[in-house]
Amino acid sequence: MPIDLPTIWAAIIAFAVLAYVVLDGFDLGVGILFPFFPERRDRDVMTNSIAPVWDGNETWLVLGGGGLMAVFPVVYATVLPALYMPIIAMLLGLIFRGVAFEFRWRTARGSSWWDIGFCLGSLVAAFTQGIAVGALVQGIEIADRAYAGGWWDWLTPFSLVTGLAVTVGYALLGATWLNLKTSGDLQARARRLSMVAGAATLVLIGVVSLWSPFIDQVYFERWFGWPTAFFSVFVPLLLAVCAIGLWHGLTTDKHLQPFLAALGLFVLSFVGLGISFYPYIVPGALTIEDAAAPDSSLAFLLVGAAVLVPVILAYTGYAYWVFRGKVDPGEGYH
Amino acid sequence: MDFGLTAEMLARIQFAFTVSFHFIFPAFSIGTASFLAVLNALWLWKRDEAYLQLFEYWKTIFAVTFGMGVVSGIVMSYQFGTNWSVFSDRAGAVIGPLMGYEVLTAFFLEAGFLGIALFGRKRVGDTLHMVAVAAVAVGTLISATWITSANSWMHTPAGFSIGADGTFIPEDWWAIIFNPSFPYRLTHTVLAAFLTTAFAVGAVGAWHLLKSSSNRQARIMFSMAMWMAALVTPIQIFVGDQHGLNTLEYQPAKIAAMEGHYESHPEGAPLVLFGLPNEAEQRMDLAIEIPKLGSLILKHDPNAPLEGLDAFPADGRPPVLVPFFAFRIMVGLGLLMLAIGLWSLFERWRKTIYTNAWLHRAAVTMGPSGFVAVLAGWYTTEVGRQPYTVYGLMRTAESLSPVDAPAVGASLMAFVIVYFLVFGAGVFYLFRLFRRPPVLNEDHELDRGPHRSAGINPGPAQEDTIREGAGHAD
Repeated sequence: MPIDLPTIWAAIIAFAVLAYVVLDGFDLGVGILFPFFPERRDRDVMTNSIAPVWDGNETWLVLGGGGLMAVFPVVYATVLPALYMPIIAMLLGLIFRGVAFEFRWRTARGSSWWDIGFCLGSLVAAFTQGIAVGALVQGIEIADRAYAGGWWDWLTPFSLVTGLAVTVGYALLGATWLNLKTSGDLQARARRLSMVAGAATLVLIGVVSLWSPFIDQVYFERWFGWPTAFFSVFVPLLLAVCAIGLWHGLTTDKHLQPFLAALGLFVLSFVGLGISFYPYIVPGALTIEDAAAPDSSLAFLLVGAAVLVPVILAYTGYAYWVFRGKVDPGEGYH
Repeated sequence: MDFGLTAEMLARIQFAFTVSFHFIFPAFSIGTASFLAVLNALWLWKRDEAYLQLFEYWKTIFAVTFGMGVVSGIVMSYQFGTNWSVFSDRAGAVIGPLMGYEVLTAFFLEAGFLGIALFGRKRVGDTLHMVAVAAVAVGTLISATWITSANSWMHTPAGFSIGADGTFIPEDWWAIIFNPSFPYRLTHTVLAAFLTTAFAVGAVGAWHLLKSSSNRQARIMFSMAMWMAALVTPIQIFVGDQHGLNTLEYQPAKIAAMEGHYESHPEGAPLVLFGLPNEAEQRMDLAIEIPKLGSLILKHDPNAPLEGLDAFPADGRPPVLVPFFAFRIMVGLGLLMLAIGLWSLFERWRKTIYTNAWLHRAAVTMGPSGFVAVLAGWYTTEVGRQPYTVYGLMRTAESLSPVDAPAVGASLMAFVIVYFLVFGAGVFYLFRLFRRPPVLNEDHELDRGPHRSAGINPGPAQEDTIREGAGHAD
């Protein structure tokens, strides 16, 4: 059987996007939660908990975008113009929150302004990413390899709800991350916020899951027709397991478990999207096969990705391990 | 919000604006990352506190610059899709994998080791810390290699075929990566990055020498920077000349625009020192020329014929104004850099390199020269490529997204406002960092910054370093 390069690449891109969502998700979430931690001291600890890793986290977004251009150029060239305004807003949001890590330390009086920039930037980035998901689910109009819709097509009640869902979900990831990385009063507050954000996330996952099958007949059949209905039992079941894991972890003061459970919620939602989309990469418009670049491009980049992605995962893991443990705002240990 | 500007013009302005801002940061961080690696290696080798202190001093500056480079770079990686979607669709299969390799081999390497390089010294020990610092430096160089390759391919495309739907199909990756202008462009760009850093470091060193010529750290950084200026500037001028010959071979219209030749010169071209390009009449007003020198430089023969813009169809000529002046700014700054380098050698020989205030003042003035030269060089080559995105094959006007002018205009305005706000503040903070004396003592807290390490509190960690520094000084 010949190697199906487009499918392999669809899997790699999906992995890059998922890696981005869960990794940058928690550090964006920390920014979203800033209003709940007004003290400068708490905010220092919060930013320090993500400062060593945010840069690597965001690189997955560049891999998702750059990789898409390389292996599915027509998707890159149609989805980005379709999402012109949300993408620009996301980029501007990422600028503010990216520089805020450094800038808030460089000024005493201006630091609260950079805190606001960090929080708003994180919020905007999260919300627009959610909008992008919603816009993709509801479909993008493509004619002759180009975007053929209008400038506001992305703006619908559904995309606003997915925007909200992703924002709240990121807040959950951020809160459980802080629960993992901090101690004392800060952790206690992070744990309470995790409960609130966790409940809200589950409700919103439910709303989006029940809504999307009615957007398109294809999704409906995918989820309620046989044999794929198997998944529509399987995914909610696993979601329930994660929800229980989250709740149990938070109520018994576990530190790692709630974070892992929150990650699980994201992974499952992402798998759910994949089930709805396959074999399309832009639902209703482009299949994985249609959109793929020539095999010469796919094969050339695959050689590198096959070797490098595991290496990257290894040293990224190492970097997380080096900075493991609680961020201690008090006495340091050496 | 129209102002009579077309979506294409607005998209071009937006790209030029965002890429100009972005380019400044890697131009600086490529050189600074290598500088940090050298400083750290010198510290490990000689165990001289001065190198450690210089490392700590420049690492903070690097962190601020790097952050701005990352976020402005993310913008670039998405702008191909938002504003130049037809280009992305047609050339994505060639350009995309090059940029994909940049992410896989460079960005992750830099990002993965940055935290350890900046704040992990005590957590991982000297050896692994050195590995991390070196990994960041190597990452910046690898990144420069891939992005320069992609850019060079747009100037001198090779190794592809064109499919029925108009898309570029890669045939020979070796030929694509090592396209004809790539080696020249890469060398020229990396040396430019090193010189940019050298003149910035030299200016900071000189500034502190003007305050206290006995400051040891200031002496070290000034000396290192001036060695770089003296040794690398002549090499850069030679490489630039070779790059020019390569451009003459593959993009003769660009050379004609850079040199200001509207007309062909069948019997030897002059060198136009100065003039005012007159696009409407297609001639150079008020030209000051040296006869035959243009052909002598470009063809090594004073009587060799040289094509002017009139040798190309009217719709295939680049505009003259920007390449003509930008090229002169770049070359002029290069000659000034050479002068400073030679002057520093002279003062070094006289043993007055640390005390000659005029040299120091000149070095401070030349601090931004690398940035200006890099941007001028960038405008020369990119505007000179017009009216094409892929030289000779795909026009800029055909590369555009199906965008409405108001949408591009609005996003351009948003970028302008946010960039001036954010990067303006960044430059302000950088100058504040430059102003600190490069010494570590109780009066001058060297660093206050995100402590990128879980478990180590900024305060105590800093006091430790100070105590250690004081201990060694005793």
